[in-house]
Amino acid sequence: MDSALIPNGVRRCSLGKFLVPLAVVGAVLLWGVYAMLLCWFKGLNQTNMNDNYGFALWIWADLAVIALGGGAFFTGFLKYLIGKDELKHIINYAVLIGFICYSSALLILAIDIGQPLRGWFIFWHANVHSMLTEVAFCLSCYFMVLTIEYIPLILENRQIDKVPFFHHLSHNMHGTMAVFAATGAFLSFFHQGSLGGVAGVLFGRPFAYREGLFIWPWTFFLFTWSAAAYGPCFTLLVTRITEAVTGKKLVKDNVVELLAKISGWMMTTYIIAKIIDTLYWANVTAPSKGFNLIDFYSNNGFYGIWILVMEIILGGIVPAAILITDKGRKSPVVRTVAFVLAVIGVSVNRWVMVLQVMAVPVMPFDQWALYYPSWQEVATTILPVAYGIILIMISYRYLPIFPQEAELNPAE
Amino acid sequence: MKQEHGGNGTRKYGMVIDLDLCTGCGSCMVACMAENNVPFREDETDKLKSITWMRVYKLTNGKPYPETDICYLPRPCQHCEGSHGHSPCVSVCPATATDYDSQTGIVSQIYTRCFGCRYCMAACPYHARYFNWYDPIWPEGMEKYLNPNVSPRMRGVVEKCSFCFHRYQAAKDKAYLDGQKEIEEDAYQTACTQACPAGAITFGDLDNPDHAVHKLKKQPGAFRLLERLGTNTKVYYVSSREWVRRAGDNYLKTEGPKKVV
Repeated sequence: MDSALIPNGVRRCSLGKFLVPLAVVGAVLLWGVYAMLLCWFKGLNQTNMNDNYGFALWIWADLAVIALGGGAFFTGFLKYLIGKDELKHIINYAVLIGFICYSSALLILAIDIGQPLRGWFIFWHANVHSMLTEVAFCLSCYFMVLTIEYIPLILENRQIDKVPFFHHLSHNMHGTMAVFAATGAFLSFFHQGSLGGVAGVLFGRPFAYREGLFIWPWTFFLFTWSAAAYGPCFTLLVTRITEAVTGKKLVKDNVVELLAKISGWMMTTYIIAKIIDTLYWANVTAPSKGFNLIDFYSNNGFYGIWILVMEIILGGIVPAAILITDKGRKSPVVRTVAFVLAVIGVSVNRWVMVLQVMAVPVMPFDQWALYYPSWQEVATTILPVAYGIILIMISYRYLPIFPQEAELNPAE
Repeated sequence: MKQEHGGNGTRKYGMVIDLDLCTGCGSCMVACMAENNVPFREDETDKLKSITWMRVYKLTNGKPYPETDICYLPRPCQHCEGSHGHSPCVSVCPATATDYDSQTGIVSQIYTRCFGCRYCMAACPYHARYFNWYDPIWPEGMEKYLNPNVSPRMRGVVEKCSFCFHRYQAAKDKAYLDGQKEIEEDAYQTACTQACPAGAITFGDLDNPDHAVHKLKKQPGAFRLLERLGTNTKVYYVSSREWVRRAGDNYLKTEGPKKVV
């Protein structure tokens, strides 16, 4: 029924087979929308946040999706500015995933504020000293860049492309994409860094606080670095999942291996920097405030040293070691394990820098505060996942997202 | 005042709380809530959602009987000055909804500008900032008893102790009408200070040698909460008990508590 919209040279399942999973994911999306409306109309009392946990699941989700969406800016940087031309075969998907991640982050932020109708105050009454101000400006600008990068893909739909104006517009936008890729990389450096700065500047919270360079705490640089390192792993993981779901090879191994190799080396350098930062913080910064490292990982029912091991060793050293070795990279199974571990590693890092910061008592007579999210928080966090799946399903079906698909899957 | 009376204008209002005098009666908390129209709910069992601008903590020395000792510690907003007015919360607010007033040293909260991101709460190590998780609803008839000088806050914004700033404004107006250059010490006092039956709380200009707090903050046994973080607070505590002073900050096992300068 919709065959006229499907790209040339590729095969898609029947419309019925497509609509059933779409409806299932759509139902999940509606559940999230219902929870979102509850939060907007009844207020943030719908959450399990409290005065000890002003930042919780949503802020973690924001930080995590923005880190994972970092594959868009870094792949664009590698392709357009460094000249890694092979990456043109995966850049479309990286942009789509980035677009989903950033639109999700903006949506979650819109739910997470107590007075949603005043959200524009962050731009109007901007405090230049606040890291969150920088996040808001750069995030919004970069989302616009991602939209500009996504539009030519939409225009390449078989029917839209028949319109001469759209055809030429798409062609010309592709021609100027290097400018947007450079803009995106510039903006990403700042907002990824600012998100790291959000925790790093909290000098009242010794667990989060870091010294730094001029106005930027070390977390500023670590967050940018980690987004560039781990973001491509998420792009590759989602590509692998898409291949598994569609039952097709969509990107050639040499492309995957190249991006995995770069990601692996970025991760290696990042994790070395992270270990140095952790050692300095544990031995100098925290003791200067009266804390030993173990104070942050004991006397509570959840946060132990295991989370540090999980973040740095399991989610950092192990995937980095796999991806920088030829053998690890070339094995589809092993490299997929590395992608999964990397995604877990960066997500744990963001979790720690949001939720553990809130959990650790600072006043000696205060207590650890643990928290679990309400169903409304969970539903609104799953909402962008459902939205992302739907957008990927529609984009994959109707747009030429994977340039190598036709070649890798010739029609019989 | 500076322009109107030609005085130097800058003050640094603060408190000195004598923990050896505090009985933990909670009068300061009640007075604060009544004075500042602090909302409450029918069920206040979840203290992590209760709004208490002034909160009294109960500290113990952790020793068994007969050496058990307790101390009550009233904790208003500490009105941190940080470094050059960059208090932990003020510097992070993305919408400039909280501000450090260099004329009074008071950290203000602009409720109508706050959009409820709660970054300031994450930044405050004292848990002195509270979010309005619910609409403020008072029992029927109680609206008539609200303080007309303090605006009630709406759902979805952060609020905190203001050192009864409306009283400062009233005192400033009165001083102007009386033709005085300076606000008298007694003319501006917070509700908690006046309500404390034990006289444990003293309030005034920390920089003014004529005000009691100027001397009290220098007495032996004076300390500030979490001094080592560099928050540079304007609430001083006093205790003759070493374990209480030690409870005011974090120390490594090998360290002893430092004296407040």
